[in-house]
Amino acid sequence: MFLVAIAAVVGYIFWLTSEQLGRELAGTISAEVAGLRERFESGGIAELERAVRARSGAPGNSLYVLVDGSGRRLAGNLSGVPGNLLGSPGGGSFVYDRETDLGREERHAVGVAIAVPGRLALVVGRDVEEQQTFAAAVRRTFLWGTAVIALAGLIGGLLASRALLRRVDTVTEASRSIMTGSLSRRLPVSGSGDEFDRLSHGLNAMLDRIEQLMIGLREVSDNIAHDLKTPLTRLRNRAEAALGEAAGTGHKRALELTIEEADGLIRTFNALLSIARLEAGHGSESFSRLDLAAVAREAVELYEPVAEAAGYRLEVATTDSPAIRGDRQLIGQAIGNLIDNAIKYGRPSASPGIFVSVEADREARVVVADRGPGIPSGDRERATKRFVRLEASRSEPGSGLGLSLVAAVARLHGGGLRLEDNCPGLRAVIALPRAPAQDGTSI
Amino acid sequence: MRVLVIEDDRETQGFIARALKEQGHTADVAGDGEAGLALAESEAYDVLVVDRMLPRLDGLTVIERLRRAGTGTPVLILSALGDVDDRVKGLKSGGDDYLTKPYALSELMARIEALARRASPAESSTSYVVGDLVLDRLSHKVTRGGEPIVLQPREYRLLEYLMKHAGHVVTRTMLLENVWDYHFDPQTNVIDVHVSRLRGKIDKGFAEPVIHTIRGVGYMVRAGAP
Repeated sequence: MFLVAIAAVVGYIFWLTSEQLGRELAGTISAEVAGLRERFESGGIAELERAVRARSGAPGNSLYVLVDGSGRRLAGNLSGVPGNLLGSPGGGSFVYDRETDLGREERHAVGVAIAVPGRLALVVGRDVEEQQTFAAAVRRTFLWGTAVIALAGLIGGLLASRALLRRVDTVTEASRSIMTGSLSRRLPVSGSGDEFDRLSHGLNAMLDRIEQLMIGLREVSDNIAHDLKTPLTRLRNRAEAALGEAAGTGHKRALELTIEEADGLIRTFNALLSIARLEAGHGSESFSRLDLAAVAREAVELYEPVAEAAGYRLEVATTDSPAIRGDRQLIGQAIGNLIDNAIKYGRPSASPGIFVSVEADREARVVVADRGPGIPSGDRERATKRFVRLEASRSEPGSGLGLSLVAAVARLHGGGLRLEDNCPGLRAVIALPRAPAQDGTSI
Repeated sequence: MRVLVIEDDRETQGFIARALKEQGHTADVAGDGEAGLALAESEAYDVLVVDRMLPRLDGLTVIERLRRAGTGTPVLILSALGDVDDRVKGLKSGGDDYLTKPYALSELMARIEALARRASPAESSTSYVVGDLVLDRLSHKVTRGGEPIVLQPREYRLLEYLMKHAGHVVTRTMLLENVWDYHFDPQTNVIDVHVSRLRGKIDKGFAEPVIHTIRGVGYMVRAGAP
């Protein structure tokens, strides 16, 4: 295709140039013929002969010959009338011999033969040898050029498609090995930022998410085994023990504890289900426009008495009131969980302050900050995982699902949970995208 | 009070019916959606308890058909689906309350009774009186023994809800849902602390408490000894 296009373009240029040159030549010749005809008309054969002789002597590529009826040359720089011109009234090309320093030379020319009254014949022509040589050179250049371009194009194309195929192959190979279980593998990225890289980046981000989900799933099954089996075993043992005891007040106590244990299990189970559903993207259907500051104030209002009862001072500062799109229940629950965590893991005697604030710039943030022991930087990422209760808090009550629920809520809203150092203490930040300006109040 | 329980699980069905009878109510049961719809259309009930997932005709459709036919009987939906969306869908179809499985039996009973009271005149009265405690719903003023009591807006709403259901048990979840409009598990005993604060203002200094704790269930506002 490429080749054909090049050939067409080159051919057209070539044709155009030679056509133009030919037309120019024909123009000069006919102008000359007209000039000579004028001379003939004014002074007859003698004048024509003089003119031809004069012009023939001038240097240049002009060729003339004037012959009489018997073919004898009267004047001119050609030896005679070229045979092939006689039959063609429109003129044509011919070959003539020219004397040079090196001897005779055959040269190409074009010209026209005209009959002059008195059975004379006049030939006016132009030597086109140089033009033809030039044209031939141009043609050669064009041909070679085309050939070189064609070859380069062909080789380049082959190389490009080979490279393309190789990349497709590596992607295919990588995806196959991912499919067969090496979930941590990623598609190769060349670093050139081309379409393939963009595709690979996109797919890799997807793979990251899938891997994260898989790891989550594995961790959950491991942790369910631990955190659900333990209370279930307790439950069973208690029932068994009560069965063995003599009927009496012991039974009632055992049943109460059983209900308590079951409630705890249900609670853990519900939290697990919520997280799973949030992570699957459920809940975004009920999103509406919310004032984040109002949501935070409401959550603080609910938890404030609990904090106070536990010896804390829970304060809320909402200088900004960014609008977000979300679910009041979920965000309220997330903020509540963070406050609850601060209450559970803080040291009220030493640092009783828990500060909730709402900030806004490009994103909207709810920050719950305390001055408690905080979370060591190495543990922060782990802390948002399901069931992870950092060693220090293993003995505390709680399902270990609080922070992962907060993280899941933040992710569902297109944001995230960040745990930062409050020097000392923990700064838990729920970062959320701001809602676009409301209809009619464009930015 | 006459209650219809539409629930496909035999054991749950019997469990709820027995508990209702123990409280002195009448309970009818239906095992699938079609039978339940037929009963609900032909008999007069005070409350319907409808499981969301039922054989033959699902719970939400049963409710929608009843509502379209003009039946205004309060409906309590039981469901294993506890998300906000599920709740919204359930209430949109015509349900009046939504309880997620698993639930405590005491919670279910308290909610059924609260639903039955919906149509009672207390709903629209302009003031609630329990013993010497008076709450004026027009001026939002609360007095006990003639002495004014200053309450925060949320405390006022908490007391208002408790007094609306005076003489009946109100569970913590009912309070969380109706006073705070929160439908999640707050992890801690937030409601208890709020109630204990309210108690500090209402009952402190009085020989007879008005707010009573019902162990394992919730709270009840009533005058004098049980």
